[in-house]
Amino acid sequence: MAEINSKIPKGPLPQKWTEYKAHTNLVNPANKRRIEIIVVGTGLAGASAAASLAELGFKVKNYCYQDSPRRAHSIAAQGGINAAKNYQNDGDSVYRLFYDTIKGGDYRAREANVHRLAEVSNSIIDQCVAQGVPFAREYGGLLDNRSFGGAQVSRTFYARGQTGQQLLLGAYSALSRQVKKGNVELFARHEMLDVVLVEGRARGIIVRNLITGAIERHAAHAVVLATGGYGNVFFLSTNAMGSNATAIWKAHKRGAFFGNPCFTQIHPTCIPVHGDFQSKLTLMSESLRNDGRIWVPKKKEDAEKIRHGKLLPTQIAEEDRDYYLERRYPAFGNLVPRDVASRAAKERCDAGFGVGETGLAVYLDFSDSINRLGKGVIESRYGNLFQMYEKIVDENPYKTPMMIYPAVHYTMGGLWVDYELMTTVPGLFAIGEANFSDHGANRLGASALMQGLADGYFVLPYTIQNYLSDQIRVPKFSPDLPEFVQTEKEATDRLNRLMNVKGSKTVDHFHKRLGLIMWDNVGMGRNEAGLKKAIVEIAKLREEFWKDVKIPGTNNEINPELEKAGRVADFLELGELMARDALNRNESCGGHFREEYQTPEGEALRNDEEFKYAAAWEYTGENSEPKLNREALEYEFVEVKQRNYK
Amino acid sequence: MNHWSSKGEDPVAFDHDCREGICGACSMYINGHPHGPDKAVTTCQLHMRKFKDGETIVIEPWRARPFPVLKDLIVDRTAFDKIIQAGGYISVNTGGIPDANAIPVPKVNADLSMDAAACIGCGACVAACKNASAMLFVSAKVSQFALLPQGRAEAAERVQAMVAEMDKQGFGNCTNTGACEAECPKEISISNIARMNREFLSARVCAPKIKEQTGGGI
Ligand SMILES: Cc1cc2nc3c(=O)[nH]c(=O)nc-3n(C[C@H](O)[C@H](O)[C@H](O)COP(=O)(O)OP(=O)(O)OC[C@H]3O[C@@H](n4cnc5c(N)ncnc54)[C@H](O)[C@@H]3O)c2cc1C
Ligand code: SF4
Ligand code: FES
Repeated sequence: MAEINSKIPKGPLPQKWTEYKAHTNLVNPANKRRIEIIVVGTGLAGASAAASLAELGFKVKNYCYQDSPRRAHSIAAQGGINAAKNYQNDGDSVYRLFYDTIKGGDYRAREANVHRLAEVSNSIIDQCVAQGVPFAREYGGLLDNRSFGGAQVSRTFYARGQTGQQLLLGAYSALSRQVKKGNVELFARHEMLDVVLVEGRARGIIVRNLITGAIERHAAHAVVLATGGYGNVFFLSTNAMGSNATAIWKAHKRGAFFGNPCFTQIHPTCIPVHGDFQSKLTLMSESLRNDGRIWVPKKKEDAEKIRHGKLLPTQIAEEDRDYYLERRYPAFGNLVPRDVASRAAKERCDAGFGVGETGLAVYLDFSDSINRLGKGVIESRYGNLFQMYEKIVDENPYKTPMMIYPAVHYTMGGLWVDYELMTTVPGLFAIGEANFSDHGANRLGASALMQGLADGYFVLPYTIQNYLSDQIRVPKFSPDLPEFVQTEKEATDRLNRLMNVKGSKTVDHFHKRLGLIMWDNVGMGRNEAGLKKAIVEIAKLREEFWKDVKIPGTNNEINPELEKAGRVADFLELGELMARDALNRNESCGGHFREEYQTPEGEALRNDEEFKYAAAWEYTGENSEPKLNREALEYEFVEVKQRNYK
Repeated sequence: MNHWSSKGEDPVAFDHDCREGICGACSMYINGHPHGPDKAVTTCQLHMRKFKDGETIVIEPWRARPFPVLKDLIVDRTAFDKIIQAGGYISVNTGGIPDANAIPVPKVNADLSMDAAACIGCGACVAACKNASAMLFVSAKVSQFALLPQGRAEAAERVQAMVAEMDKQGFGNCTNTGACEAECPKEISISNIARMNREFLSARVCAPKIKEQTGGGI
């Protein structure tokens, strides 16, 4: 069994990272040139890491499944990125950002990591501005900020509603510069299928060339996974169609522990589901909660009439509207953290006050802000989001309130990593959304972009050197070693098995069914009976999948159905682990809401005595139950309290 | 598009990922227009309600020499990456950067820069153009940086390197037909092309001078 050692440096919290950097082992320039690093993923985490490592002199190979690194899913992030700059002079500081993140995560994140994240946040903004990221500015020419949930300061930097796009294009430009210099070799349209271990260390990967279907072996001194989140386990989510868990799941099966798999973020402001043919959900940025007010009708009759199209929201008088977030949480109002806002919406809809055809929607209303600030101001702030909404729903949000409902958005869980971002497999690192990260049981808005870039630009380039410093005498690896040949064979066998099922049902058929099981039992509200049922049902579905999935085409060409099938096969295993983790955690915290554990007011009820730990699951084989390892979380510098947004 | 794959027959292959008009993956000609007849949308944002019931819809891949077809509707747009690699960046390494507010940027310039930076690299402009010119795409990137003080230092080298790569990749010349702007899903303005031409011209005029002063090593 691998040791679980978080390697948190000693000393007072604000000094840990500085001390670490001062004393960690580095690799000298001449040796860097001889060391190869594989980075899988070209999102914010992967692109920033690949570029920064290449700038330092390492030889980097960088992979993505899209046709260009610029299309990684980070491109879709809308709202913004946090930093503790305190440009607004509203009382922000590194400590406050750290504290908000720990509290927002419901005291399930590692203090030392979160403090480091807050510390480097400011450098990220400097870096991006220097790269030419066109952040929003005020008339005086300085950077503008907005507010996001879970914070009482304005610390979010943004580029219209396309912050992720602009930050990713910044990282992509830095990456492109290193490609030109010959320090990074790009492998677009390549999907990682497995990681290769040699003498217990990660030494390479097996990839499928998505154009030719060829299986390839790639070797390096270390492997970094920056492959994003696994929200697509739920079939419907705000993630890109191709977002997948394959890389981290295969790594898990090779020995990397999986951290807090059940911690999933359900985002409160998404466009509600409409129609059976829908294949993904669209997020409406949280930034809208700055100026939009969330409500449902106070009277059930009104809600009912609206659902049947007999009443319009604009016809409901002010006193007949229930601004339930403002009512329940006066201090934070519409800006409570995501988990709180999502549950509150579900509570109202379950109680029969929901709107829209299905009754699974609430209003996000801009009329007050439009009256106060004018349409022009609202348009300049959210124009593209309003336009996107109108395109999808065919309603004009300037005139009638938007309808929103929670949807799966982000996964706080991921590969367990230590302070150096290394998994329990030596030489295998995980960064960005792919690791179990700094967000505990709930991530605050605008903090994923921050974490991805923190990991890639400012943390990994240091910490990986501590590992590599004793690898300088290790010669280049040959991908012809028996370990590579064997792992390649296993990957090929699996693909052949998939192709040979020749069943009768499409991949989507299984994916949708898995999604339903997950949403109903491992979604916003969870309970023991539901979770036990889910574990059984997922196992059954998995069996059926391997007997009856139908994949057209062949495996030596572009075959999108085969790609999907491989991903869904992995989701069918990961889904079960998520349910097991949720079942084990007999408490409610952050996005993990166990219906059995709530306060009389319906708030999440943590159990710090028994569950103040990060769950690190260990794979023990195909037909055996995973083993739970615990990383106890020590809070030396903050007082652990019940979260209060009232 | 999903309906085809749900029938389980060998579906037509096409690129797509985000399904919300931002990643730039989706790319097809629909009824004679890149991304379809609707204005300012990508293929993935096009709604079936825009078509009549029973209407025949004609779809084709991007057709342009620098974008070879890989399968069905999937084309290879690596040429765009190559152009960015040639100079579509500001040469700064990670770390050691002055404070983000050290250089104020006039809001109008920041906004114009953002307008240009909104390009999603889909290639519709190239597909729309009878010359397969990539001017709109390249000028959007050149403009984004030209409008910011941070981008000025390398402005001359950047525009020359990117234009040279664009030619090398086999994109055609711009004859001002305006088809690119009309079909661009992000409404990137053709005025960026004018700006790029000015940048290019002044780079040609100034570059030899700089060379003289620095002995050639810029
Ligand atoms: C719609 C939306 C809006 C969001 N808005 C915000 C926001 O405003 N602020 C914020 O902070 N966060 C936001 N988030 C969250 C944030 O965008 C993500 O958490 C973050 O971008 C993840 O970055 P990443 O680099 O870890 O992964 P990704 O950007 O997902 O990149 C994953 C990379 O890995 C590659 N990859 C994956 N699997 C494989 C494989 N098997 N083989 C090879 N390559 C592979 C992909 O090709 C890709 O390059 C948003 C998320 C969504 C879905
Ligand atoms: S300029 Fe417009 S059409 Fe051309 S690549 Fe960019 S977004 Fe696409
Ligand atoms: S799929 Fe991303 S822009 Fe269309």
